[in-house]
Amino acid sequence: MIELRQLCRDFLVGDQTVHALDHLDLNIDKGEYLSVMGPSGSGKSTLLNMLGLLDKPSAGEYLLNGTATSGLKEEQRASLRGGHIGFVFQSYHLIPRLNARENIELPLVLAGVAPKLRQPRVDELLARLDLVDRAEHIPNQLSGGQRQRVAIGRAIVMEPDLLLADEPTGNLDSKSGLEVVTLLEELNAGGITLLVVTHDENMGARARRRLHMIDGAISRDWQTDSAESKSILTAKPPTGKPLTQKTDGKAPGEF
Amino acid sequence: MRFGDLLAFNFKAIRRQRARSIMLLIAIAIGVLAINLLTGIGEGGKQFVLGEFDILGKNVLIMVPGKKETTGGIPPLTGETTRDLSLRDAEAILRLPNVSAVAPLIPGKIEISHGSLSREAFTIGTNRAFFPMRKLELAQGSILPEVPMDQAVSVCVIGSKLRRELFGSRPALGQWLRAGDSRFRVIGILKDRGQGMSLDMNDAIMIPVASAQSLFNTEGLFRIFIELRGLQELDKSRQRITDLLKNRHDGEEDVTIITQDSLLSAFANILDTMTLTVAGIAAISMLVAGILIMNVSLIAVSQRTSEIGLLKALGLPARTVRLIFLTEAMMMAAGGALVGLVISQVLLFMARQTYPSVPFATPSWAMLGSITVAMFTALIFSAIPARRAANMVPVDALLDKTAG
Ligand SMILES: Nc1ncnc2c1ncn2[C@@H]1O[C@H](COP(=O)(O)OP(=O)(O)O)[C@@H](O)[C@H]1O
Ligand SMILES: [Mg+2]
Repeated sequence: MIELRQLCRDFLVGDQTVHALDHLDLNIDKGEYLSVMGPSGSGKSTLLNMLGLLDKPSAGEYLLNGTATSGLKEEQRASLRGGHIGFVFQSYHLIPRLNARENIELPLVLAGVAPKLRQPRVDELLARLDLVDRAEHIPNQLSGGQRQRVAIGRAIVMEPDLLLADEPTGNLDSKSGLEVVTLLEELNAGGITLLVVTHDENMGARARRRLHMIDGAISRDWQTDSAESKSILTAKPPTGKPLTQKTDGKAPGEF
Repeated sequence: MRFGDLLAFNFKAIRRQRARSIMLLIAIAIGVLAINLLTGIGEGGKQFVLGEFDILGKNVLIMVPGKKETTGGIPPLTGETTRDLSLRDAEAILRLPNVSAVAPLIPGKIEISHGSLSREAFTIGTNRAFFPMRKLELAQGSILPEVPMDQAVSVCVIGSKLRRELFGSRPALGQWLRAGDSRFRVIGILKDRGQGMSLDMNDAIMIPVASAQSLFNTEGLFRIFIELRGLQELDKSRQRITDLLKNRHDGEEDVTIITQDSLLSAFANILDTMTLTVAGIAAISMLVAGILIMNVSLIAVSQRTSEIGLLKALGLPARTVRLIFLTEAMMMAAGGALVGLVISQVLLFMARQTYPSVPFATPSWAMLGSITVAMFTALIFSAIPARRAANMVPVDALLDKTAG
């Protein structure tokens, strides 16, 4: 699904070039669950931005479902972001004047989905995220965990194939952090490809595949014993139908 | 993005930055208000003056007591006079060659009653010549009789509205009206005429000039309308009339003769100045509003950097981001234009209530024009901020960590 070939991203800081990503190779299959760890400044966020088509490589190629993304127009990149990629940020990035419902609904609004079709989808998510009685609250009136759940709702409302979370629990206490991670894992169990950047070893250890980054390169890439690391998840399997099941069967990168 | 969603999204953003939105709204409103109010006043004044003179032919002169015409400006329409214009003056003018008719005028207001119904009516003391000169047509009966100007006759011609109000559906012709101590028999009723004239004849009662003299206890004439046989010798005829009056008034030149041309050209000057003033005020206020719009939008763009990054991350293409900021500015401009328009119309309505004879009204071109200018101003001055927003790189924009 994802293939990075000798990917580089350089930043010019003053008269110095910072190699945020340094000839990085990476393959990710559909449905995988990866955690990315590494020291601050090692390029984790840059990698996520690259995968999310928010940033362009300085060199190398990013293939998404076999399509070279370097040849895409900005418009096509935007439409791929909107339809196939979901983002969860450490600082939530909710729009402060919109309430929880409206924040979750936003991608549907931007995509021009009719209000009649938006409503049931958002209601379903609010229920799924345990936010029904917080639906009319604006972000300022919500706790960190609730805000991040709203952000996750917004990230998956378009039913993306790829969910990119950059330190999603960084601002949360351990209890809300665990709730959020569990939620993300349930989504992954429903079929979505999940990449989580984290500083928390316990969180990182939960993924089936782990990446360790240093200086813009992947220093370690290994599979964990899934039975052991996913004990919590298997003990408490997700209920109801998977949230991210695509109804149109469209694969990411098809445009 | 659907249009309705776009408007709703913008509306929430506008409400959020209330202080700046209101500032901008006021700036636009002032510009639109100025244009609509000034053109409304100008148009009202124009209609008022034209209303009095446009129904006179080019070959009709108006003589006004008092002298002020040398400057070429607007003559004294109500000016104080040294010497009255008399009926004898009017008769003398009529005897001049090339003068085909004269109509004296003594206006007034008096209570008119019939039976139990009464009403204050605009009263015009004049003669038979007045009717064709002002192109007044009759619905019924006949105009004032052919009698010497100094002969009072107890007859009157009334306007259609006055007839309705005093007689309802009953016949009016041949009935007697009481005005002060006098009684007048209705011999004619005017055809209904549209509004917009300063002298609203629908509301008026016309009586012989000599009757008006005794009714209002006055000798002097307010105006003398002089109709010339042709236009060829207009200047010469005018000079002859001036000489005659000077002669009759002991060598003093104490009357003013207005021609339609002199009046219109004097008024055209005023209108031109007015138009320039309006254009200037409009330009300045729109420039101020435009600069405000640009600054408000630039501030909004930088304050909402992180939001713009998010919108792009959520898949919004650059052109829609630009559209958001353009339509937001245009919505504020539309709101301001609406406020300005409503206030100007309320003020003009109040002006009409205060001066019913002046038809203050904004011409439609000015209404449309002011709104168009406001919208264009918003569009032009928000173009740069909108482009800045559209060109933001999503990842840079997202780095701005100010968002909740
Ligand atoms: N927009 C930018 N401009 C300049 N340097 C940047 C920018 N973004 C990231 N960097 C640099 O690239 C390196 C990797 O950053 P980042 O991917 O944010 O690291 P991490 O998320 O692992 O902490 C750092 O040295 C950082 O300073
Ligand atoms: Mg980071």
